[in-house]
Amino acid sequence: MAIENGIKRLAVDIGGTFTDVVVEFDGRRVTSKVLTTREAPEEGVLTGFREVLGEAGLSAGDIGILIHGTTLATNAMIERKGALTALITTEGFRDILEIGQEDRYDQYDIFLEKKLPLVPRHLRLCVPERVDIEGAVLLPLDEDAVRALVPELQRRGVESIAIGFLHSYANAAHEERTRDILAEALPGVSISISSEVCPEVREYERLSTTTANAYVQPLMARYLTRLAKELAALGLDAPIFLMTSGGGLAALDATVRFPIRLVESGPAGGAILASRVARECGFERVLSFDMGGTTAKICLIDDYEPQASRTFEVDRAARFLKGSGLPLRIPVIEMVEIGAGGGSIASVDSTKRIAVGPESAGAEPGPACYARGGGAPTVTDADVTLGRIDPERFAGGTMHLDTGLAGTAIKEAVGTPLELSEPMAAFGITEIVDENMANAARVHAIERGKQIGEYTLIAFGGAAPLHACRLADKLGIGRVVVPTDAGVGSAVGFLCAPVAYDVVRSRYMTLLGFEVETANTMLDAMRDEALSVVRAGAPEAPLAEERTAFMRYVGQGHEIEVELPERPLVADDSALLKERFDRAYESLYARTIPDADVEILSWAIRVSTGVATPNPVPGVTEVEDPAADGHNTVFDPEDESFDDVPTYGRAHLAPGTRVRGPAVITEDETSTFVSAGFDAHVLGNGYIELERRDASAGEKSQ
Amino acid sequence: MSTSGALSRIRMQIMWNRLISVVEEQAQALLRTAFSSMVRECGDLSAGVFDLEGRMLAQAVTGTPGHVNSMAESVVHFITHFPIETMREGDIYITNDPWQGTGHLNDFVLTTPAFHKGRLVGLFSCTSHLIDIGGIGFGPDATDVHMEGIYIPFLKLAEEGKMNQSLMAMIKANTRQPVETEGDVYSLAACNDVGCLRLSEMMDEFALDDLDELSAHIIDSSRDAVMARIAELPEGTYHNSVRADGYDHEVDVIAAMTISAEGIHVDYEGTAPISKYGINVPLSYTKAYTCYGLACTVAAGIPNNAGSLAPFTISAPVGSILNAVYPAPVSSRHIVGHMLPDTIFGCLKQAIPDGIPAEGSATLWILSYRGRHQGANEPDAGYTTSAVTAGGTGARPNKDGLSATGFPSGVKGTPVEIIESTAPVVVWRKELHTDSAGAGRYRGGLGQIIEVESRDGSTFELLAAFERIKNPACGRDGGLHGAAGYLGLASGPTLRGKGFQEIPEGERLIVRTPGGGGMGAPAERDPGAVQADVLDGLVSTEAADGVYGVVMTADGAIDAAATEARRGGG
Repeated sequence: MAIENGIKRLAVDIGGTFTDVVVEFDGRRVTSKVLTTREAPEEGVLTGFREVLGEAGLSAGDIGILIHGTTLATNAMIERKGALTALITTEGFRDILEIGQEDRYDQYDIFLEKKLPLVPRHLRLCVPERVDIEGAVLLPLDEDAVRALVPELQRRGVESIAIGFLHSYANAAHEERTRDILAEALPGVSISISSEVCPEVREYERLSTTTANAYVQPLMARYLTRLAKELAALGLDAPIFLMTSGGGLAALDATVRFPIRLVESGPAGGAILASRVARECGFERVLSFDMGGTTAKICLIDDYEPQASRTFEVDRAARFLKGSGLPLRIPVIEMVEIGAGGGSIASVDSTKRIAVGPESAGAEPGPACYARGGGAPTVTDADVTLGRIDPERFAGGTMHLDTGLAGTAIKEAVGTPLELSEPMAAFGITEIVDENMANAARVHAIERGKQIGEYTLIAFGGAAPLHACRLADKLGIGRVVVPTDAGVGSAVGFLCAPVAYDVVRSRYMTLLGFEVETANTMLDAMRDEALSVVRAGAPEAPLAEERTAFMRYVGQGHEIEVELPERPLVADDSALLKERFDRAYESLYARTIPDADVEILSWAIRVSTGVATPNPVPGVTEVEDPAADGHNTVFDPEDESFDDVPTYGRAHLAPGTRVRGPAVITEDETSTFVSAGFDAHVLGNGYIELERRDASAGEKSQ
Repeated sequence: MSTSGALSRIRMQIMWNRLISVVEEQAQALLRTAFSSMVRECGDLSAGVFDLEGRMLAQAVTGTPGHVNSMAESVVHFITHFPIETMREGDIYITNDPWQGTGHLNDFVLTTPAFHKGRLVGLFSCTSHLIDIGGIGFGPDATDVHMEGIYIPFLKLAEEGKMNQSLMAMIKANTRQPVETEGDVYSLAACNDVGCLRLSEMMDEFALDDLDELSAHIIDSSRDAVMARIAELPEGTYHNSVRADGYDHEVDVIAAMTISAEGIHVDYEGTAPISKYGINVPLSYTKAYTCYGLACTVAAGIPNNAGSLAPFTISAPVGSILNAVYPAPVSSRHIVGHMLPDTIFGCLKQAIPDGIPAEGSATLWILSYRGRHQGANEPDAGYTTSAVTAGGTGARPNKDGLSATGFPSGVKGTPVEIIESTAPVVVWRKELHTDSAGAGRYRGGLGQIIEVESRDGSTFELLAAFERIKNPACGRDGGLHGAAGYLGLASGPTLRGKGFQEIPEGERLIVRTPGGGGMGAPAERDPGAVQADVLDGLVSTEAADGVYGVVMTADGAIDAAATEARRGGG
C-alpha cells in the first residue's frame, strides 16, 4: 500500500469468536489470537495488542500504522443491538422496509420467517413530499411536517435517524433539507440520508442500506473513539485505518459517515491476502478459498484484483439462503459464502441423500470429537474418521480429539440409515461438502464468464487446507497454495490493502442520448469525493483511478460493469462504450442482442493508492524425501481400506522440501491434506504449493 | 473408477446435486438477461432438464410454481411434435400453446436438445412471461384465446444453429414491444444454451455416456420419498370447496382429495363450468398449482422431478373452469389457479390438523395498465406495463401470516421506482393496510393500500384481474377472515374486480390487496402481541378492543382488568 516499507505495521481483525492481531516489521511477523470480548471489543484488541508487542519486543510508539477490521457492525445488526433508529420517508411509503420484495426466499417452506426490519413500524415516520423519476418536484417538502416530528423523536429517545425519500438519487434536495431541519432541532442525533449513503434506484435496497448505516453509526462512532483513546493511552501515535468491505483502507475519521461500509471487512481481508499471495507467486488467476468453522468463502481474483460487487446481504436466515437477509448496496468484494465449514452438521434427507450444513455445531458444543457434548456428526468428525486430522496434534496438541465419538456420531446419523460403513459414510460427508463448495465456486465463476480450471486455489482458514486437494480435483484445478499464517489470514491481508475509496451514483442516460457534459460533471464530483477520503489517509502517494459504468440493453433489468476510459469523456465515446458493453455482454452470455439501444444506470469511481511490489519468492535448494514425523492411517475409498500415510510438521519442513502425496502436513491451526494425486513443495517464503502430478491422475469422477 | 456399491451410490448423489446446480445456473442466466419486467424484477420464469422420454430430472426453484408441472408436461408434447430421432444439434423448439405449454399465450416455452459428443442425451426447457404479445393485452376480457395475442404452434425457432428469421419477424410484428420481446426470446434461447453446455461438461467430468442410470436413480428415490410421506397420512377422502369472485358471477371450486396407498388424487368434479372470459384454467395449470400445494406441505424438501410428482394425480371435468378447452380464453388463468392451494389445504387440514395454514390472499394482484404519453403523436408513444403486488398470507398453525407476501406464487413485487420508470404514472401510496389481517390466536398477514395516478394527467386503462373482493380469505379453527380486496377511485366510485376499465383524467386509482385469514380464536391471542400490533398501527385500538378483547389505556398499556373482563365475558 501507500505505507512505505520499513514502517512497523500492525493489523487487528475482530471476528465473531477470535480477535487476531498481527505485527509485521523488519521482514518478520508476530501473531496473536485472543477471544473476542463481545461487550467491549476494545478489551480483546488491547490484550492482543500488548501480547504481540511483548513478543516482538516493540513498544506502542514503534508502530507506524494500525489497520483495523471488525465484525462489530455486522454483529450489531444480527443481534439487533444497534441504535434506536427512526426512518423518515415519503408519506404513503411507511412500509418500504417491511414490504421488501414481497416474495418468499424459500418457495417450499410455508413456515418461513422474514427478518424484521431494523426500524419497527412505530419509528417509521412520514412527511409529505414527492419528486418524480427525473427529479422534478411533484409535491414540495412540507417543512412544518418535518418540524412536527421532533417531539415524537425526542419522546422516543431516538439516537439515530435515516432519511429516505422516493427517487432521491435523482434529486436530493428534500432529503438534505429534512436533514438540516432535524440536525438543528436534534443536536447529537446521527442522521443518514439515502442520497448520500446509497444514491441508487430501487427504494427497498436504498432504504435498507441507509437504515443499516444509521443503525450502526452511533455504536461504531463510540467504539472507534474509545479504541483510539485507549490505544493512544498505551502510547500509540500512529494513524488508524479501517478495512472496508470493498477491500480498501480508509482513515478512521473518513469512515464515520458511512460505517455501513465496514461490514464484512474480515472476509475482504482474506481476499486481499489471496491477492497478495497471487502477486508474490505471479499467478494471474486465483481462487481464494477461506473455509472456517461455519462457512466457506470463495472469491475470484484476476490480475491480482478481487472481483467487485455492489450488493451484499447481512443477517441471512439459518440456511444462508439468498434473499433471506437484509440487502445492502455497498461496494464489496464479490464472494460467495456458503454454509460449509468444519462444524457443518451432516444428516440424511428423505430422499436418502447426505446433506451437509448449513447448520453448524459451532465452537460449543462443537463437533462430536471435541467431546463437549456435541452428538451430531460434522465435517471435522469426518476428517478425523478418515485419518486426515491427527487427533493428538489438533490445535497444536492442546486438544485431544475423540475418534470414537466421531465414528459413533457418523454411524448413527449417516452410516446406519444409508447402510454405509463408518469410514465410507465419513467419505460421503466430505464428498458432499466438497461438492457443495465446488458447485458454488463453479457457478460463481460461470456467472462471470470465467474458466475455473485455469485458476490456482489459495487455501486458508482452519478447514481449507484439509479440503483443498479434493476441491481442486472437482474444479479441474492443478495447483493449490497454502500461505503461512493461514489461521490469521484476514489480519495479514489487512496489511497489504491499499488506501482506497469507491463512489457510486445513479444517473440514467441512453447511449443514443449520451450527455457527455452531464456525465463529466458528475464524474468530477464523484472523483473529488473519493479523493478527499483517500488523501486523508495517503496525502502524498501516487493514486490510481478506475471509472466504470453499469450498463444494460434498454428494457433489461440487470446491469453489467463496463470500464470507462481514464480521461474526461468526449461525445464520440458513446460508440466506444457500446463496443465495450457488447464485448462484456458477449463474454457473459455468449450472444449480443442485435439493434438494441444501451442505457447507463449507475457510475462508479474508485481512487486508490497502488499496491507495494511484493517481495519475490526466494530461490530454494531442493530437498527430496524428508523424514516423516509419524504416520496417520488414512482411508482410501477405492478399496475401502486404511493405509499408512506419513505426517510432517510444517515448522520442520525447510524451503525446497518436496513431499509426495498422500501425506498430511500439520501445523498449530490446521492440517494440509496432500492427496495421492498431488505433490507438496515448500516455497522459499514458506508457502506450501500443491501440484497435481499429472492432470489425468486427478480422480475427477471418484 | 470403483465399482463398489457404496462408492457408486455416493457418486450418484454427487451427480444429482450437480444436475440441480446446472438448472439453477440455467435459470440465473435467464433472470439476468431478460427484458420482461415480469422476469427480471419478479422472477416469473422456469427452467429444467429432461430425459429423452420427457421426464423432468431437475428443475430450478424459481418464483413460479405454476410452471412446475405444466412445463414438465410440455416437454412431452415437444417430443411428439419433434421426434427424438429428428432432433439436431443447434435446434431450438418453441411454442406458447396454452394447453401444451404453461397455460397462457404470454408464456413462451423453448426446448433445446442437449448433445454430448455428438449424441442426444437430454432436453433443456425454459419458459418466461412476456409482457406483451399483442391481442387485447394481459387481462381477462377476451372471449376466445385468439383475442389474447399471437398463437405460436410448435415450431423450430432455430434449425441446426440458424435462427428462423421469418418466425422472429412474425413475433416482432405481433407485439407492442418488439425490442423487448425479441430480446426475451434470445434470452430464453441463451438460457437453454447454458444448460446444454454445463450438462456436457458434467458428463465429461463423470465419464457418462448417457443419463439413463442417473435418471432412474433420481426418479425412483424421489418417488419413494414422497410415497413414504404419504404413508404417514391417514387414508381417506377429504372434501372442501372455495368460492372465487369470478368475472361476471362467482365460481365454486370443489375438491375431493383421496389419500391412499397409491398416492394422492385430487378430483375437481362439481367445479363450476367454463367462463365466457379469460379466467379459465387449462388442465396443465390446474395440475401445476394442485401439485404445488401438495409439494410444499406433504413433500416439502424433496426436489421436484418426474418421480416426486408421480404420486400426485389430478382430474377435472372437461369443460369445467379447471379444465378449459380450446378455444376458451385463458389469459388470466392465474386468478382461479392461485386459489387451488387454499382449496386443497382445506382438504389436507382434515388429514394434518396441525400442519396447514389458513387461507391467504392467494391470487397475486398484478396491476396491468396501458396508456399513451400525453401529447405524443408518434406511433410508439403508447406504453403497457404490469406491476406485481401481493396481499397477506394466511396465519400458520404456530405463527402469524406474512404481510404483503405472495403465496402460492412467489414472484417478487415490482419496486415503486421501477413501476414509475416503465410508465408515466405516479404511485402516491403503497403501505400496509391497518386491520386488514384476519384476527386470530395467530393473525393473518396484512394487505396493502396502493394509490396510482397518471403522471401527466392523461387517462390510463386498467386491465383488472383481481380476486378475494367478494370472497375474503377464511380463517381456520375460529380465526376470522382477512379483509377483502378493493378497487376504486379516490373520488368514490368502486371499480369492478375484473376487466378493462378506464381511469379518467386526474383521477387516482385506489387498490387494497386482501389480508390473510387468522388461525384460532382472537380471544386466545397473547395480549402482548396485540399491544405490539397496536403500537405499530397494524391493528387499531378499536379492533384490539372489539375483536381481540384487549383493552388499551390512553398511553398504550394493556388495561389488564378490563381485558380480563372483556375476554372472560366474551
